[in-house]
Amino acid sequence: MQIEEKKPLIAAFCCNWCSYAGADLAGNNRQSYPDNVKIIRVPCSCRVDPTFVLRAFQRGADGVLICGCHPGDCHYTTGNYYTRRRMTLLFSMLEYLGIEKERTRVEWVSAAEGAKFAQTVNEFTATVAALGENRRLEDLRCKE
Amino acid sequence: MQKIGVFVCHCGTNIAATVDVSAVAAALSAEPGVVFAREYQYMCSASGQDLIKDAIKEKELTGVVICSCSPRMHEATFRKAAASAGLNPYMVEIANIREQCSWVHKDKQSATEKAIILGRAAIAKVALNTPLKPGEIPVTKRALVIGGGIAGIQTALDIADAGFEVDIVEKKPTIGGKMAQLDKTFPTLDCAACILTPKMVEASQNEKIRIYSYSQVEAVGGFVGNFTVKIRKKARYVDETKCTGCGLCTEKCPVKNVPNEFNLGMNERHAVYIPFAQAVPKVAVIDADCCRMLKDGKCGLCSKLCGAGAIDYKQEDEIIENKYGAIVAATGYEPISLDKFDEFAYSKSKDVITSLQFERLMNAAGPTGGVLLRPSDNKHPKTIVFVQCVGSRCEAHAKKGKEYCSKICCMYTAKHAMLTREKYPDTDVYVFYIDVRTPGKNFDEFYRRAAEEYGVHYVKGMVGKICAEGDKLKVQASDLIADKQLHIDADLVVLAAAIEPDKSARPLATLLTASMDTNDFFTEAHPKLRPVESPTAGVFLSGCCQGPKDIPETVAQAGAAASKVIGLLCKDKLTANPCVAHADELMCNGCSTCENVCPYHAITYIDKEFKMPDRTVKVRRVAQVNPAVCQGCGACTVACPSKAMDLYGFSGKQIYAEVDAICR
Repeated sequence: MQIEEKKPLIAAFCCNWCSYAGADLAGNNRQSYPDNVKIIRVPCSCRVDPTFVLRAFQRGADGVLICGCHPGDCHYTTGNYYTRRRMTLLFSMLEYLGIEKERTRVEWVSAAEGAKFAQTVNEFTATVAALGENRRLEDLRCKE
Repeated sequence: MQKIGVFVCHCGTNIAATVDVSAVAAALSAEPGVVFAREYQYMCSASGQDLIKDAIKEKELTGVVICSCSPRMHEATFRKAAASAGLNPYMVEIANIREQCSWVHKDKQSATEKAIILGRAAIAKVALNTPLKPGEIPVTKRALVIGGGIAGIQTALDIADAGFEVDIVEKKPTIGGKMAQLDKTFPTLDCAACILTPKMVEASQNEKIRIYSYSQVEAVGGFVGNFTVKIRKKARYVDETKCTGCGLCTEKCPVKNVPNEFNLGMNERHAVYIPFAQAVPKVAVIDADCCRMLKDGKCGLCSKLCGAGAIDYKQEDEIIENKYGAIVAATGYEPISLDKFDEFAYSKSKDVITSLQFERLMNAAGPTGGVLLRPSDNKHPKTIVFVQCVGSRCEAHAKKGKEYCSKICCMYTAKHAMLTREKYPDTDVYVFYIDVRTPGKNFDEFYRRAAEEYGVHYVKGMVGKICAEGDKLKVQASDLIADKQLHIDADLVVLAAAIEPDKSARPLATLLTASMDTNDFFTEAHPKLRPVESPTAGVFLSGCCQGPKDIPETVAQAGAAASKVIGLLCKDKLTANPCVAHADELMCNGCSTCENVCPYHAITYIDKEFKMPDRTVKVRRVAQVNPAVCQGCGACTVACPSKAMDLYGFSGKQIYAEVDAICR
């Protein structure tokens, strides 16, 4: 089956304990959101290496979403604080490189917030779609 | 050479209705490394699992991808199936095409495409999986129950019954919790004290149970099977081992105008007090904020009077450190503050009370000795208005109260109304409600008896405003069924305040790294299938800390939590999560960055000898991860400046492969 490239393409990293469960809850409650978003499960949002975000942009993603537990609720106590600091730094560097800051987002979604997850994805997809394709970091050699 | 098997589940129509599962199986069979792809109605069923097991054996699969429901649902099931067929269980990956695909998308074509992409990501990941072997960790055979209400007491009794030692930590000077304050219990109207106090005594006399009253959990370290907990035993200025509970000090203490919290401020107690007659432990406690001796150093009467010599003004808080295998949160509930509900005049009139205050007014050991007298002038109220859902079922935009139903109010209000009419048949009783919710054994019958046999006026509608005028409370309300406004001159108004988790729950959840919902109720590991377990291994939930509950439900849940604890403590060894960090010693430069970010102190440094190309030996400081302590968050993997740290199960390469597959 030939798959058409879905635009905008959004990679989402969700922590296993809160946000991935929140995304599951959105499913349980049938709260629909655009299928542009594909979720990658990580144990904690602090597992998201800045190079994962860069890799996604390099491979043609138009936006990257990182979701973790609310500050203070991290399953590993402090992981999301690291995420907050790292991503603040990374996103400002990306903006310097010409990746609009609206293409990147960190959002806290608890396991009980299915509706918030769906809403976040809806908003984020619309924002990224309005910005159009991301060509800035895309490595065309990656495309077959 | 990779031999990956792909199994696509229909989940009845849950997946198959929105995702073309045959197309998914066909598309994924063409992926590199895939040698086998099948679809099946229910992959988690016995025959579905057999399909996987047979394929693993026949095709000698090296990796398995299941496109099905969330890994939070059945990852363990499929890993077990793989293990029984001889494949390392960590060579299984799940593509979540139900919760995160078929249930949230409507267009079949694009949902199918997304399912294929998710399948590709899982295939790309599993190709890089490595067989993992979980280590073993010993189990400390003692449990900790936090909270000494009926939930905590029942959990502790059930754990002790199975032969395990268990400690109860209760922040108040006595165990018993909210149930000790209740008068009668619905729907059978047994006296709360008559059924609770024997259990309190049983807990105190059980040699397997140790009670830390007037104590709080201060710090929690470790992990399932091996928690280390610091308990702060607050100074009660009375030696527990000497005090006989005679109560002489509590009668003679000259400070006698302290609001009595057990009776919700409706009468007064002394600075040295025993919370109530059946308190366990029955030991006096000195309120340091009010005691003259502790404040000014002038008095000392209780010390002179005490024949047992139990008074000790120099007592200090004590920190006790214990090891536990399992922890049960049983922190309970409290009624919400009614500050934001000015329309009901709660802060303005003493005769507007909460339901819990009403319990105390009806109780034989309460401030009025069980005679229903209104607090302002001690007169018998002739007209009583009960207002339900005060702060429950509020709309989110109202910014006050709770969105959820507090569950117990309909029943206890029916009880209050019934008991009032029974004791004082000349009293007019009105109950204003949004809906009367009585699901539960014999609950609806009970409510109907209140309305039909006891002549309680049930009015569907909300109370808009209550004003105190003279000695009356003017109640303005609407009757939705008769479609008219009502004005009632009431003598007493009882507000069924919503219940919320105890204030201590949120800081405790942080200590336990247990998750909570937006209302501060503890979250269960699975809302249906694992209702008494927290997602944090080794932490269990009992009673109202997980959600509003009545007593029978609380006791049932307490038993369920106890059985889960017993199941854990029965084991001599636990299998540890093998998805832990590991350091590449050749890459590590010993900078300590990973050690600093690790929340579990799982990383230590060793001096290791390396043979250099010129045959000399160089000693270098390198990081070493203790796999029994590491919880696998991955903070160190990102922090490491030389990329020496990686995480089994979620390695950098695996996640790059997933990103690549998604963005292909």
